[in-house]
Amino acid sequence: MIPAPFTYQRAGSADEALSLAAAAGEDAKFLAGGHSLLPLMKLRFAVPEVLIDIGRLRELSYIRDEGDHIAVGALTRHHDLEHSGLLTRELPLLALAAGRVGDPQVRHRGTIGGSLAHGDPASDLPAVALALDATLVARGPSGSRQIPAGEFFLGLFETALEPGELLTEIRIPKPPVPGWSFQKFTKRAIDWAIVGVAVQGQRVALVNMASAPMRAAAVEEALAGGAGPEEAAAHAAEGTNPVSDINAGAAYREHLARVLVARALTESAART
Amino acid sequence: MRVNGTEVAAEVEDRLLLAHFVREVAGLTATNIGCDTTSCGACTVLLDGESVKSCTVLAAQADGCEVTTCEGLAGPDGQMHPVQQAFHTEHGLQCGFCTPGMVMAAVSLLAENPDPSEQEVRAALEGNLCRCTGYHNIVRAVLAAARAGVREGGAR
Amino acid sequence: MSIMGTRVLRTEDPRLLTGGGVYVDDLRLPELEQAVFATFVRSPVAHALITGIDASAALEQPGVVTVLTAADQPAGDGSPFAEPLLAADRVRYVGEPVALVLTEDRYQGEDAAELVMVEYEPLAPVTGVDAALTDEVLLFPASESNTVQTGEAGNSDDASFAGCDVVLERTTVNQRLAPVPLEGRAAAASLEDGRLTFWCSTQNAQLARGAIAGTLGLDPAAVRVIAPDVGGGFGAKVAVDRDCLCIAFAARHAGRAVRWAETRSENLVGMTHGRAQRQTYKIGGTRDGRILAYHLDVVQDCGGYPRIAVLLASLTQLMAPGVYDIPNAGAAFRAVVTNTTPVGAYRGAGRPEATAAIERAVSEFAAEIGMDPAEVRRRNLVTPDKFPFTTPTGATYDTGEYVAALDKVLAAADYAGLRAEQARRRERGDPVQLGVGLSCYVEVTAIDGADGETGRLVVHEDGSATVYTGSSAHGQGHHTAWAMLVQDELGIPMDRVTVIHGDTDAIPDAIGTFGSRSLQLGGSAVYQAAAEVRDKARRLAAGMIEASEADLELDPERGTWQVRGDPATGLSWAEIAQHAGPDGLSADVRFTASAPTFPFGTHLAVVEVDVETGKATLVRHVTVDDAGKIVNPVLAEGQRHGGIAQGAAQALFEEVRYDADGNPLTSTLADYAAITATELPSFELVASETPTTINPLGVKGIGEAGTIGSTPAVQNAVIDAVSHLGVRHIEMPASPERVWAAISEARAGR
Repeated sequence: MIPAPFTYQRAGSADEALSLAAAAGEDAKFLAGGHSLLPLMKLRFAVPEVLIDIGRLRELSYIRDEGDHIAVGALTRHHDLEHSGLLTRELPLLALAAGRVGDPQVRHRGTIGGSLAHGDPASDLPAVALALDATLVARGPSGSRQIPAGEFFLGLFETALEPGELLTEIRIPKPPVPGWSFQKFTKRAIDWAIVGVAVQGQRVALVNMASAPMRAAAVEEALAGGAGPEEAAAHAAEGTNPVSDINAGAAYREHLARVLVARALTESAART
Repeated sequence: MRVNGTEVAAEVEDRLLLAHFVREVAGLTATNIGCDTTSCGACTVLLDGESVKSCTVLAAQADGCEVTTCEGLAGPDGQMHPVQQAFHTEHGLQCGFCTPGMVMAAVSLLAENPDPSEQEVRAALEGNLCRCTGYHNIVRAVLAAARAGVREGGAR
Repeated sequence: MSIMGTRVLRTEDPRLLTGGGVYVDDLRLPELEQAVFATFVRSPVAHALITGIDASAALEQPGVVTVLTAADQPAGDGSPFAEPLLAADRVRYVGEPVALVLTEDRYQGEDAAELVMVEYEPLAPVTGVDAALTDEVLLFPASESNTVQTGEAGNSDDASFAGCDVVLERTTVNQRLAPVPLEGRAAAASLEDGRLTFWCSTQNAQLARGAIAGTLGLDPAAVRVIAPDVGGGFGAKVAVDRDCLCIAFAARHAGRAVRWAETRSENLVGMTHGRAQRQTYKIGGTRDGRILAYHLDVVQDCGGYPRIAVLLASLTQLMAPGVYDIPNAGAAFRAVVTNTTPVGAYRGAGRPEATAAIERAVSEFAAEIGMDPAEVRRRNLVTPDKFPFTTPTGATYDTGEYVAALDKVLAAADYAGLRAEQARRRERGDPVQLGVGLSCYVEVTAIDGADGETGRLVVHEDGSATVYTGSSAHGQGHHTAWAMLVQDELGIPMDRVTVIHGDTDAIPDAIGTFGSRSLQLGGSAVYQAAAEVRDKARRLAAGMIEASEADLELDPERGTWQVRGDPATGLSWAEIAQHAGPDGLSADVRFTASAPTFPFGTHLAVVEVDVETGKATLVRHVTVDDAGKIVNPVLAEGQRHGGIAQGAAQALFEEVRYDADGNPLTSTLADYAAITATELPSFELVASETPTTINPLGVKGIGEAGTIGSTPAVQNAVIDAVSHLGVRHIEMPASPERVWAAISEARAGR
């Protein structure tokens, strides 16, 4: 219920956040909305010694139309993504998915950057980032770099971010094909996805079908070969490695993946 | 930070949760703690006018902010806020433990969506557990408050 | 006009809404200002010997006052299944308290508790009743078996089924549930001048006092127990449990006031669980829908210590035949211990289990003979002319209109319309199918009516009144209802009636609230006390006016006594109370009932099932819950709503799970799927009042009825939604995966 003791530091700028992180070393974590990290700390599954609060860095909260892409600041809250007119027009997949994260209270605090950096395969936005072909911009002690979403999610709670590196922006190209769909299957509305599917055009990404979000490559291949939604969706479980846990068994997850991909592709096609 | 309009200042442990700041430092115990996984919503308060689960916010994160709790909703003459009044008239509470958090979640909803449908009310309360009421009258209370024209979040 | 039966808003609300209730952890009293905070060290293993406890590292932590272990506590009673306060030589469930850390500050507790080193020598865990029944590993070596008790009742044997056209048998699980009151367990204790004051989130302050006094070897007069506001109980906060008793003895041992409020994770493993029965039902009847025989065999999982699980199983046994007039009906139970959290009362406490079994059996029987499940029920319900009706298992139902309840619900739901819509969707092969599920139920309330309930009513010299009730509301609205009773009987307006409960100094003698007993027993006590006060007042008024008692009348609207037809003689309650002499104007009553009462009803659930994913959604729920005369429809409806939600939760979502080693898998609210607003519709309640003659108010209990009726209706609805695909049964909770698996198996079976 109560986190183990730690030292709280507040960063007044991204630069300060980086230098605080460099000084604190491996035992430090950035604190954005805190709704991925603090729950772990309250159960003492995570025991960082230093928390660097970046939640006040307003300069990292934005949604901008940059012409050929949308730039989303890493500290943009799910609530703001959900209610953004710009996103609803240009990236409705992201707007809708953000509106399905957690509950309203969580969405008032949680950020896209925090969600992506956390690297939970059961989270919705990592798969959305894959479907949208996003590029993640990270700043570290040695400067800035751009990481394609496909190279960002490495495994369970493991991302390409180096220690002391801060996610600053998510760049999402305006989709060439307008069709999209987001299918999130849960038992209760508040639950994490048992299985989720994010579709943008012919890109299909899966939530919770492996230790990291993944593209449904076999489905995409079938689509590229001219298959319709049902036919392509039959491949949805190929290459996946879903867990069996108290929420669902692996075989059921594979079945759900096929069903949800079919529905997502059908809905996406209707929007094209 | 300001809690219900009053400045509250204290030196606290870095790890102090906002929920405990409100309860122990500000001395306002209406806000309750019902779980340890950010699931139940009993601790919901408004932070700068928006609902948050105060058990998953550090007091330090709320430094300099405006916090509104259920105790802060009543009018200066002690008159109940329209949402509180609606919970009363619709029998939207039984044991009362989830109620302050539920009321704050409802206030936040109506600030953002003044005329919600029943489905929208239920979805907005997905993060607030109640064990006593079965939610039926809570939903009626929020819809009644909406009809009564509650438009601003926070204290009236 | 009488206030009885009218919609009256709660007097409890303004305080709860504006300032919030004051629950144990909210108490800010002088006695608790220097209280230390208690944090338990709990067993992480299901079954083990304790070979050592080393608290030295913990004791060095800042703010640690002391660490208590079994060595510090009062000795137990040495009975075979005895349960200690802190575990002594062995642990029998994950979450069992082993040590208690006392710290100056709240936040220091977990830090220190983490450093208490307990050495465990694991024993083979007994998880599941089958393992327990083998007695290969005994939880209590001093006993000879893991079976704590057995029972049987009724007149069903193999011969009863011999003459049946159709006999069905099925083994099913009424799954383990967690009560999840929003406020967990909490207690605070202060020992001053030889007197222990104990605040507790309890449903029974007086019973708690007895337990504390007994455990600590104190004179009950030296113990005061106070139940402040209580954030839900549902049967899981009856009296005090071992964790709460630890707080009491800690205060004495440490010489400091102590306070404790458990975390939710502790609550999910430390508070008693509910249900947890493995059931085998056997039902036999004719092809034209007459049920001739029914037998229910129950294996009750008690958890690590038996507590009251035997009582639960005996209630299941008692209520096994339900609402049906079955010539040969019976039940039997075996109660076994396993290395899991102890099982206790949870909303319904043994009766939901009975209803779930027979309602499943009847619906399955209906499907087998190809008859509409409503029609099968209609043909077998106990008819009105048969009351009072004694069942083969020994229950005597007082009053009932079972057929009328069924008819009202079918009409309100437009049953024919639902079946037509179902047929249309089946023909179209819709991806979303419709299911309609029924449950007809009867339940027993105030089974301990002979113990009764107390009520003391005092009319003060200013004309106001105070009710000291033995009941102990934790959300049910007794203060409103009892004030209504006083206003109705005496004409003292509700806003001049104060109700007090839950303080053993003010009310030394009482039972408290559980088992849906309070209105019929506690309310009747208030009613009876009011009647006695009225008689006393009549005598006093007669003397004061110098009239005969027979000529006097009480004007209940104005609250004045007068000679009939002569308002000028009117005396107020204040005036009469002032003349009442040194004993005042009061009455102190214990109301006992000669028998329990039996509320009943019908629930109809409409479910939509997405046949591709298996996800079931409850879209409508229509009920009759007939609990006799209704004092306040607002309160009654609220109880029904809450009950329906918890019952639906069992059918669709909730389940406590353990792995093979006895490790809990659902020990946080992220994993235990407590039902939320998005999974429920608004409910459709139909009014029905069939009074009882057992008490002067004509009321029965309603607190648990909604839960009892709803679970099987929802389960039956899910199965009904996919029965055309060949599905005969789905276990609870009917999760999407379970539904999908049932559909897949049925399709493969063709």
